[in-house]
Amino acid sequence: MRETSAAFRRFEAVLPWILPVLVVAVWQLLGSLGVLSNRIMPTPVQVAEAAVRLTQSGELPHSLAVSTWRALVGFLIGGSIGFLFGLVNGVARLAEKLTDSSIQMIRNVPHLAMIPLVIVWFGIGDEGKIFLVALGVLFPIYLNTLHGIRSVDPGLIEMGRVYGLGRGALYRKVILPGAMPSILVGLRYALGIMWLTLIVAETISSKDGIGYMAMNAREFFQLDVVVLCILLYALLGKVSDLMAKGLERSWLKWHPHFGKPRANPPSA
Amino acid sequence: MASAFRQTARKSAVRLIGAPEPGDGPERADGPDGQGGVRGMSIDLQQVTKRFGNGPAVLDGLNLSIRAGEFIAVVGRSGCGKSTLLRLIAGLEAPSDGAILRDGRPAAGIDPSARVMFQDSRLLPWQTVEQNVMLGAQGLGRKEAREKARKALRLVGLEARARDWPSVLSGGQKQRVALARALIGNPRLLLLDEPLGALDALTRIEMQRLIERLWQQQGFTALLVTHDVAEAVALADRVILIERGKVALDLPIALARPRVKDTGFAHFEKRILDRVLEPDDRAGAQKEMVYLI
Repeated sequence: MRETSAAFRRFEAVLPWILPVLVVAVWQLLGSLGVLSNRIMPTPVQVAEAAVRLTQSGELPHSLAVSTWRALVGFLIGGSIGFLFGLVNGVARLAEKLTDSSIQMIRNVPHLAMIPLVIVWFGIGDEGKIFLVALGVLFPIYLNTLHGIRSVDPGLIEMGRVYGLGRGALYRKVILPGAMPSILVGLRYALGIMWLTLIVAETISSKDGIGYMAMNAREFFQLDVVVLCILLYALLGKVSDLMAKGLERSWLKWHPHFGKPRANPPSA
Repeated sequence: MASAFRQTARKSAVRLIGAPEPGDGPERADGPDGQGGVRGMSIDLQQVTKRFGNGPAVLDGLNLSIRAGEFIAVVGRSGCGKSTLLRLIAGLEAPSDGAILRDGRPAAGIDPSARVMFQDSRLLPWQTVEQNVMLGAQGLGRKEAREKARKALRLVGLEARARDWPSVLSGGQKQRVALARALIGNPRLLLLDEPLGALDALTRIEMQRLIERLWQQQGFTALLVTHDVAEAVALADRVILIERGKVALDLPIALARPRVKDTGFAHFEKRILDRVLEPDDRAGAQKEMVYLI
């Protein structure tokens, strides 16, 4: 481990921002010079103006709230189901025999292909989006929970038995913490799928939400709003990824990879 | 970094060995009876046979009786079944045939007063050193368990590392934590499955002395499975050699403790080694050699 000076560390903190700032600056420059037509690509300033306008009118906060709510509810429902199935199938062979192959079959259906069916079932309200998000999120959580539990060192489980841990304590102290790194990988992956599913669903069929805002703006040729929506997706994705990283850092403190503040895992 | 850890390990172990000898001090653990009477567990194996599936018998009609408080070492070539013997006594496996008696009663499953130390320390990486040790004190209140854990860690010279994660400890330190975890529950039987096999020579000697000292203090029965004949002679009251599923040699080691590597020591070591290497059954031995290679 190399000693780094304070100045170098400050430089390192700025480093990830250099490229985005540069891109935005060039983009603005090209737009102002007229190289990029405003009919094709609005400038960053115009996008910012759209953000201010939509925030003042209340449309942006409303869309954000609606989308976030759908995403979270869907994630909670699908995540819980996937986690529970993973947990049960990880320890009970009979349950795995009963359900695993069915789950694998459903998993291989692209869940977005079900949008036409979902519109017929649920209409264009919240339920359809929540259903799709839950369906998309279920499988990565299920697979990674199952894999995590399977890969817990059998030596540790045997040790737990020798030291008189009951079933509950064995779960709490050995199996779950041992599966946690894998479960968190599933969580991070699922968060990505969550936004992707929601955006597609909202873009195709909706009456509110960020996806609807983008589609609506396209019809009126408000490209600044469309670009704003795309930037919002990037932001939301980044925020949920940061949250997942935070969880990793606090739940996997013991792990040499996450414990040290300097050893940042590569962002997915 | 690793060498720095090792150095602290060495220092604290040296301090431990230099500490006042057993029998005095507040460190002395009281038995469950609190009287310091017979603490160890006696073990009897009668015609024990173990085979896995339809394979050949790993242990074949083995008889062995271990007195309470005795220190037994089991040696033998790899694959001779010595680890299986330990797992049977621990209750991790059931014998295919024959009987195992603990304190004269038939053994059923895992005994809460028996503890196992494995070759790998098997510490939970997501719990601190102290929490790992507390795992050995099931059924106690949190506060009491923590107090006992501190005491056990002091016993192995790692009190200062109580709040560390196991991943930052050296191999020898991890095994000392595992030893503390095994001893915190005042076991009456300690089963050691090559616990020092993966350690470097110096750390091994320190651990051997530590184990001997704690055994003398606490009076539990100890069974050490090892492939190192010198280690067996250094620690055990009796060395058992297992060959083709049976006890091939049962040799009491009549040496005073603490043992030094003098001619007496060399005599016992040579006797056991000669017996291990003896080509009593040429075909069988040659087959073994092939396996060894």
